[in-house]
Amino acid sequence: METNKYILEFEKPINDLYKKIDELSILSSDKNKKELNLDISIIKDKAEKLREKVYSNLEPIQIVQIARHPERPLMLDYVKNVFDDFLELHGDRYFGDDTALIGGFSNFEGQPVMVIGQQKGASTKMNLYRNFGMPQPEGYRKALRLMKMAEKFNIPIITLVDTPGAYPGLGSEERGVAEAIAHNLQDMAGLSVPIISIIIGEGGSGGALGIAIGNKVAMLKYSIYSVITPEGCAAILWRDAGLSSVAADSLGIISEKLLEMKVVDEIIEEPLGGAHSDRQKVYKKVKIFIKKELKRYSKYSKEKLIQERYDRFRSIGEYYE
Amino acid sequence: MSILDWFAKKNDSVVVERSKLDIPGNLWVKCITCNGVLYSKDLEENNKVCPHCGHHFRLTSKERMKLILDKDSFEEFFSTMQPKNALGFKDTISYDERIKKAKKSSNLNEAVVTGKGLLDDYEVVVGIMDFSYMGGSMGSVVGEKLTRAIEYATEHNLPVIIFSSSGGARMQEGVLSLMQMAKTSAAIYRLKQKNLLYISVLCDPTTGGTTASFAMLGDINMTEPNALIGFAGPRVIEQTIRQKLPKKFQRSEYLLEHGMIDYITERKDMKPVLSRILGYTSHKKISKGNNNGN
Repeated sequence: METNKYILEFEKPINDLYKKIDELSILSSDKNKKELNLDISIIKDKAEKLREKVYSNLEPIQIVQIARHPERPLMLDYVKNVFDDFLELHGDRYFGDDTALIGGFSNFEGQPVMVIGQQKGASTKMNLYRNFGMPQPEGYRKALRLMKMAEKFNIPIITLVDTPGAYPGLGSEERGVAEAIAHNLQDMAGLSVPIISIIIGEGGSGGALGIAIGNKVAMLKYSIYSVITPEGCAAILWRDAGLSSVAADSLGIISEKLLEMKVVDEIIEEPLGGAHSDRQKVYKKVKIFIKKELKRYSKYSKEKLIQERYDRFRSIGEYYE
Repeated sequence: MSILDWFAKKNDSVVVERSKLDIPGNLWVKCITCNGVLYSKDLEENNKVCPHCGHHFRLTSKERMKLILDKDSFEEFFSTMQPKNALGFKDTISYDERIKKAKKSSNLNEAVVTGKGLLDDYEVVVGIMDFSYMGGSMGSVVGEKLTRAIEYATEHNLPVIIFSSSGGARMQEGVLSLMQMAKTSAAIYRLKQKNLLYISVLCDPTTGGTTASFAMLGDINMTEPNALIGFAGPRVIEQTIRQKLPKKFQRSEYLLEHGMIDYITERKDMKPVLSRILGYTSHKKISKGNNNGN
């Protein structure tokens, strides 16, 4: 197991066991090797079992923590490891370039695609540069520009979603972040190329939806997709952000629940311990998923693609007639 | 005149029908902008606009409809649709309780009324949101009713006018509410593909997911003076950027200055302006003789 720098609260007992194993290995000498090895394997077994137990009973708020884990693979990690190459294209042609929402040409196993997604920073410095993955209107307008270009050259679009939400800032409002998101929702409904969306971390409300109008929407197992952050919800409903775990339970933000409600179409499995505990495994799973979907959609007509996407979102909602 | 007549007349004048204001203290109302004390009947006769400072009080969907549509021309669509607690959501009270309370206090089945009617003899499909039902929040029913109304207009080649007044997506329905943004916006896409007119009137207040979907997508975006329109709430923004927001931030005039709004009109001119836009965009008034058979 890779030891992680950031240990989540609920992972501490598991981590303690691994620490013990490390200590024991240091102590082991020729004399007591046999005995200690036996102990080590017992503890290892115990640790694995505990990990399995913890991960099969995760509370929604714990999944939120995994989705936001500082070591979780980010958009550009997937670009690097799942795609052959990447040519980033900048700017919305009106105001500026958004570093939180990026996109460009890429090849997926030789097939040209347009990859678009929110990029968080892997460090504090990079997070400041990436605005913590919170896009401004320019990001959404750039995304739409690139999507329309993809349509022009008949290239499939793949969006990777990972954002706490659109940036709630002064300039963001002045330049119409709501209009920018709305425009994407409207125009993505009419694009005649396949759109495949994957929630890889945080699917934060309208800021996520603004690039997630996919023919197919998948979710990594320990990612979340929510109308509002659990903290925000708790602050509004109970005036106490501390009740975010209650909000996380209520909001139905975890992949299993969303699959059940048909908000997402597929869950991409993650190893126990989350995507960051075995990155290569996750990249491989994502690759398999994209390959499968691209193959399927290669047979679709333009009309069918548009109709399928419309029907997909048209059918979501629960009510009494 | 007999003595009995005299009594009867007096009884008549006692029973004055007056629709309720959503402001406590029914007889006198204090204007929240100029602090002027207004006689509520005067205020209602002035379309709920303060005669001193021009402050536009919020309207219920019923009042809005009366103001906009020709008398008795409205035909409501999908009025029986009701919300469902799909997530089993519970905050301080359960969502089911909240639904019951909202229904009772607002006398509505949901936060939007949809249907078709006549505006100066132009046939239009309308959606009117009502802030008095759970802050006008958009859940599955609001999304579905609006989408169906837009689809109806698309099918029958009619213009759509939506009056928004909404705090955004409804938390109690979780991500299902979020998806209504996609659904309504896609329906607007199809309406526009047929070159049909969509006028969005963003009324006070329109924020969150409502602004970030159908409300900002009008061919024409209109509003009344000083309406609050934005994506994130002002408090959230202040906490994020840690500085005071400019005066009039997220108000109609501010949005117009920043290019988000086509036109601001006072309430009394709303209907005439809408009528003019329908005229400019080559819509035809229905002839009175034809009115019934259609």
